[in-house]
Amino acid sequence: MMNDNVTIPVDVAPVEIAQERGAPETAQREVVFDVRDLGVHYGSTTAISGVNLEIYRNLITAMIGPSGCGKSTFIRCLNRMNDLVPSARVTGNLMYRGQDIYGEGVDPVAVRRQIGMVFQRPNPFPKSIYDNVAWGPRVLGLKKRLDERVEKALRGAALWEEVKDRLKRSALSLSGGQQQRLCIARAIAIEPDVLLLDEPASALDPIATAAIEELMHDLKRDYTIVIVTHNMQQAARVADMTAFFSLEVDESHRSGVLVEYDNTDRLFTNPSDKRTEDYVTGRFG
Amino acid sequence: MAAATPQVSLRATGSLRRRRIVNKIMEGVGTAAALLAVAVLVVVTVSVAVRAAPALSWDFLTQPPNLFGGPGGGISSAIIGSALIVGMATALALPVGVLIAIYLTEFAPRAVAAPIQLALDVLNGLPTIVVGIFVYGILVIGHLQSAYAGAVALSIVMLPLVSRAAQETLLLVPSALREASLALGVSRWRTVVGVILPTTFGGIMTGAVLAVARAAGETAPLLFTCSIFSPDVSTDVTKALPNIPVLIFTYSEQPDPALHEQAWGAALVLMVFVLVASLGAKALLARSRRKLGR
Amino acid sequence: MITAVAAFGSVFLLGWIVWKVINLAWPAIDKYGLAFITEDTWDPVKRTFGALPFIYGTAVSSLIALVIATPLAIGIALWLTELAPRGVRGIVGSLVEVLAAIPSVVLGLWGILVLGPFLAQHLEPWLHEHLGFIPIFGPPSPTGTGLFTAGLILTIMVVPIVASICRELFLQVPNELEEGALALGSTRWEMVRGVILPATRTGIAAAIILGLGRALGEAIAVTQVIGGGTQISSNIFGPSDTLASKIAASYQGADPIEQSSLLYLAAILLVIGLIANFGAQIIVRRFDPLRDAH
Repeated sequence: MMNDNVTIPVDVAPVEIAQERGAPETAQREVVFDVRDLGVHYGSTTAISGVNLEIYRNLITAMIGPSGCGKSTFIRCLNRMNDLVPSARVTGNLMYRGQDIYGEGVDPVAVRRQIGMVFQRPNPFPKSIYDNVAWGPRVLGLKKRLDERVEKALRGAALWEEVKDRLKRSALSLSGGQQQRLCIARAIAIEPDVLLLDEPASALDPIATAAIEELMHDLKRDYTIVIVTHNMQQAARVADMTAFFSLEVDESHRSGVLVEYDNTDRLFTNPSDKRTEDYVTGRFG
Repeated sequence: MAAATPQVSLRATGSLRRRRIVNKIMEGVGTAAALLAVAVLVVVTVSVAVRAAPALSWDFLTQPPNLFGGPGGGISSAIIGSALIVGMATALALPVGVLIAIYLTEFAPRAVAAPIQLALDVLNGLPTIVVGIFVYGILVIGHLQSAYAGAVALSIVMLPLVSRAAQETLLLVPSALREASLALGVSRWRTVVGVILPTTFGGIMTGAVLAVARAAGETAPLLFTCSIFSPDVSTDVTKALPNIPVLIFTYSEQPDPALHEQAWGAALVLMVFVLVASLGAKALLARSRRKLGR
Repeated sequence: MITAVAAFGSVFLLGWIVWKVINLAWPAIDKYGLAFITEDTWDPVKRTFGALPFIYGTAVSSLIALVIATPLAIGIALWLTELAPRGVRGIVGSLVEVLAAIPSVVLGLWGILVLGPFLAQHLEPWLHEHLGFIPIFGPPSPTGTGLFTAGLILTIMVVPIVASICRELFLQVPNELEEGALALGSTRWEMVRGVILPATRTGIAAAIILGLGRALGEAIAVTQVIGGGTQISSNIFGPSDTLASKIAASYQGADPIEQSSLLYLAAILLVIGLIANFGAQIIVRRFDPLRDAH
């Protein structure tokens, strides 16, 4: 499904891209994540604080903002990957479909089963292509009709046609863009509910990036997608909702905060906050 | 997909509960393994300390063994002998090991360095008794055992260790340092001697200390080269001198409990030396690594 | 360039050792030929010499050590890299390395005087009583010396070697691979089993072979605890000898014919040691699934 005719508009302002989209109907949409006053602290440093937003089902929600303002930290709360950092402390409330993700008795393994993640740099296992995609299902005990599951996942990641004849070859023999699509296939093979994408295309060339972006339009049919990106145009191209994070510094502390969250086109064409306006028009960041 | 998806539990249920239990079991196994290793170390160390206690005294360290192998007396001759043998071995192994390390890191082309490195790694793993037999074959046959034959055998055991430690230290030197010196027109050799070696001095010394700690405890290389000796205090290195490891070995094979007690005492002295040297060297190595900024 | 001389000298040294040991063994090799290797009697009085009992002893004691040490060492390494709380990690890691620094003669002394009696009075009778229907758990040794004891002592020596290599290997697995596995909703153990262990399996194999090399070549501690038998028996509690320990035990006081047979044993030991060491080194250099992952 690699489309060689895709042109990547690098000089077009995000504003213009966003104007071409409609506004998604969020009123009737199910709320997948309900975030209230979320904060993350590493030891005595505060990474993000006071984050409030709702993420809607089957939409693509993008987090944008300058480097270091906590976008990745935020997204890693959604699947409890921050648990892996010993000094990390999460405050506030994070509800997934009405259940508190950080509640008593909640198993992070069960959380990650529902909320999958694709990372910035492709990280396929040093195994065959087939085994990479099949690993998750095998671990979960989904061993029946594994071949079908693998094919479905690879098709879903727009990779099947390119690898169907070499499933036994090492995943490391694929190109960067293909590896990243393999990681997407790996994530969707276990049929999660949500897909978190942490700057999925930032390590890829423009053509591979375009392929991933096109993929996301198809993926949102089945999954709720949250994407972190430092590329405004990308957010304008793919996201239905966009959240703008920035750094707030005062005498006593500095932390990342959510400045504005809105339909993508409204955020880019008519932002309510001056900081947002400065960022999207390129005046800073 | 349906308009509202059914609730999925975020708790450990069903098969996840099973997987969690397996996970806990394996964590327990890992912890048990670590505890077992520490326990063995503690048991051995405490055994040695407790059984050595009756033998320890100032006399023990300063007197030679009793003339007829009876009770009393000490291990002074063995301490002196070991010091001489290990000292000579270090004098042999250290310069050669450093030279080899310099060649491998500074001068050797990759195709040449690889087989040399392989030979050193193989040399490192050779049974030490075979090393002893080798030196026996070249230095003892036709003559007598001697302390310097023992030293040669120990130096062969120490060589790969010194070389590797020196190599690691040399590799820590930032290439910017080398390039700056060479850019000033200083010759390769001068660069090594004048610029690189001084910064690596600490690391190389600690590598030497580690090798010494290892060599001090080696018995097999000395069996054929320096094990037949009289118990008198002597510093004549052309003859076989008493030494700690062989003394422990010999006493341990005797039935006499008084000799066992002396063996424990000597074992404690040896262990303390080896442990202090090893830990001290490793701490110094970590510090010199930090100093070089890596 | 003297550094080149030193470096090539080390290769030459290895060759010289091989040549000299075989040269020393030549009279016996010439006299007995390869039948020596399959001859199962060692009787100085009857002038019959054969290596088989000692090849058997070497194989069984090493096997016991590897079977016990491998899972222990991997468990320890996994604990150190995945499970241990930050502060404890360094301390326990150092303690495991200290275990490696204990001189073998001290471990042997501990084996004769502490471990042996414990085995003789408690463990061996228990095993014989409950599992005696299996031939390897025959009647216990009255003194606690024997093949089993030697295997246990070797285990203590092998564990730190394998554990520290495995620990390095596990640390080198990129964090992103671990995160990728965990993000798919796997438990820590599933991640270890599915990603870390397969990615490091070649290195683990090499570590095991290096541990094996250590076990094969150990002469002193083994000869102290193994009981000095010359029969091949299925009972692991019985006395035995390995190639290395036989040489250490019998060399002094042996007449020239027995001596040359012992040197033949040394040559066999050398060859086995070289195969194990070269094997480990080549595995490390050739096959590494992680190599392309960067």
